[in-house]
Amino acid sequence: MGKFWALKKSIWVFHMCTGSCNNCDIEILDCLTPKFDLERFGILLVGSIRHADVILVTGAVTRKCLPRMKLTWEQMPQPKLVVGIGSCALSTGIFSPGYNIVGPVDKHIPVHAYVPGCPPKPEAIIDGVVKLVGSLG
Amino acid sequence: MNQKTIIPVGPFHPLQEEPEFFELEVEGEKVIDITVNIGYNHRSIEKIAESKTFDQMVFLVERICGICSTSHPIANCNAVEDLAGIEIPERAKYIRSIVGELERLHSHLLWAGLAGHFIGYNTLWMWVWKYREPILDLFEAVTGNRNHYAMMKPGGVRQDIEEGAIPALSKGLDEAEKKIEMVTKAALDDPVLAARLKGVGILSKEEAIDYCAVGPTARASGVDIDVRKDEPYAAYGLVDWKIITQEDGDVFAKVVVRLLECFESIKIIRQCLQKLKTTKGDIAVQVKEIPPGEGIGHHEAPRGETFHYIRSDGSNMPVRLKVRAPTYVNLPTCKVTVPGESVADATIILAAIDPCYCCTERLVKVIDRERGRKWKWEDLLRLSRKKTERIKKRMGISHE
Ligand code: SF4
Repeated sequence: MGKFWALKKSIWVFHMCTGSCNNCDIEILDCLTPKFDLERFGILLVGSIRHADVILVTGAVTRKCLPRMKLTWEQMPQPKLVVGIGSCALSTGIFSPGYNIVGPVDKHIPVHAYVPGCPPKPEAIIDGVVKLVGSLG
Repeated sequence: MNQKTIIPVGPFHPLQEEPEFFELEVEGEKVIDITVNIGYNHRSIEKIAESKTFDQMVFLVERICGICSTSHPIANCNAVEDLAGIEIPERAKYIRSIVGELERLHSHLLWAGLAGHFIGYNTLWMWVWKYREPILDLFEAVTGNRNHYAMMKPGGVRQDIEEGAIPALSKGLDEAEKKIEMVTKAALDDPVLAARLKGVGILSKEEAIDYCAVGPTARASGVDIDVRKDEPYAAYGLVDWKIITQEDGDVFAKVVVRLLECFESIKIIRQCLQKLKTTKGDIAVQVKEIPPGEGIGHHEAPRGETFHYIRSDGSNMPVRLKVRAPTYVNLPTCKVTVPGESVADATIILAAIDPCYCCTERLVKVIDRERGRKWKWEDLLRLSRKKTERIKKRMGISHE
């Protein structure tokens, strides 16, 4: 992953929700608040995909969201990394029998790190991001 | 000039969680119409429920929403119990109420933080969310999880609260109360917040009734509906508390209702913990069979009444589950609250009903009829924050 060394210092993340129950999203936001404070590692949540180095994807991908998710991913500048957060993003989880579910995420876009849990604790999300950074070489 | 184009904004904004699509029509600064379109987060839960047993269904409905992740299970269990004619043990009732009220605490604080963020008070956001953490710790102590507590099951609850754990819980609650008190005082006395939110997005009592608003949205307009009082279930009929209402119906009144409700919740939890000490017995009755028939269940979720309907044919799975979440009825109230207000206020008015922003994206399209200019959600947030700055300047408060 040679070209990714540039991301090692300060990763800007973008949060994308593709049909989740909300909890994974709340836990991601929780990571930013004073108790966990991800920003001290230089990790910043940004509002636009064009500023982001990493997307944090949650949710089981609904039909209505799929084109939107792909578009978002395509708009992201290179080099780009994707982190799947929560059982839904990883395997569609409890929603897998649903007729409106077309996930999991890695069927449609490449995923570089997986954080399991329903929802993963903020510690687990931080651990996932840190491991991803560690693997950048 | 009245061309309409749909602009996907964000589509994924870090703070919007629920699949809603708002279309604002503006003339200059004024919003003249708004259209709401929902359905981005449809996960076919009602259909999936038909392939789950009654026990499994509770885990599924828990995942309808992460913020109300005990409201749906409580309503669902109430429906199953209504259908099978089950009376749950007293101990289970108290535990249900404790979990339900802890949830209200964390949810109201979460909302207060986000509301602060929308009007450019990030300090309030960080501050409130910091004090929300101890409540999640209490949850972890009571249920073992920070979210998705997996506490409810038809016939009772899954886990007991041991007598030895009660002092630690009470202590945690006392500490949380002090913090919430501080936040409440600071927020309600803040001249900027009052100037920014008073008289904005007014929903009158008649309109609240006409639009069938529920929960804090209705209570802030002077309609005292609350399922916990109107049709008591769990332990709400056994403890002493009161419904908080406000008359103004503006955004500020909604803030007041939510913050004051936190103290009622704490009161309920305290009484339940006391009663748990003296109430012995089982925490669940065994449910052997679910007869054919229909059942309904309610719960007063942090955002209003959650309603579940279940039909059974006598097998171990439901034939139909119908869920009505509070946001679904509260959302249309923006038809009366937003038009006539300035664009800068639209975000906070929309946020004031606490749409259970469940997860996907929120799309906003604002069309300026005169110039054909298109506004994005980010622009709206910027406008909203600028207005706060202006007010601060006018009042002689330098920012940060
Ligand atoms: S993994 Fe669990 S917590 Fe996360 S979105 Fe899915 S159901 Fe919700």
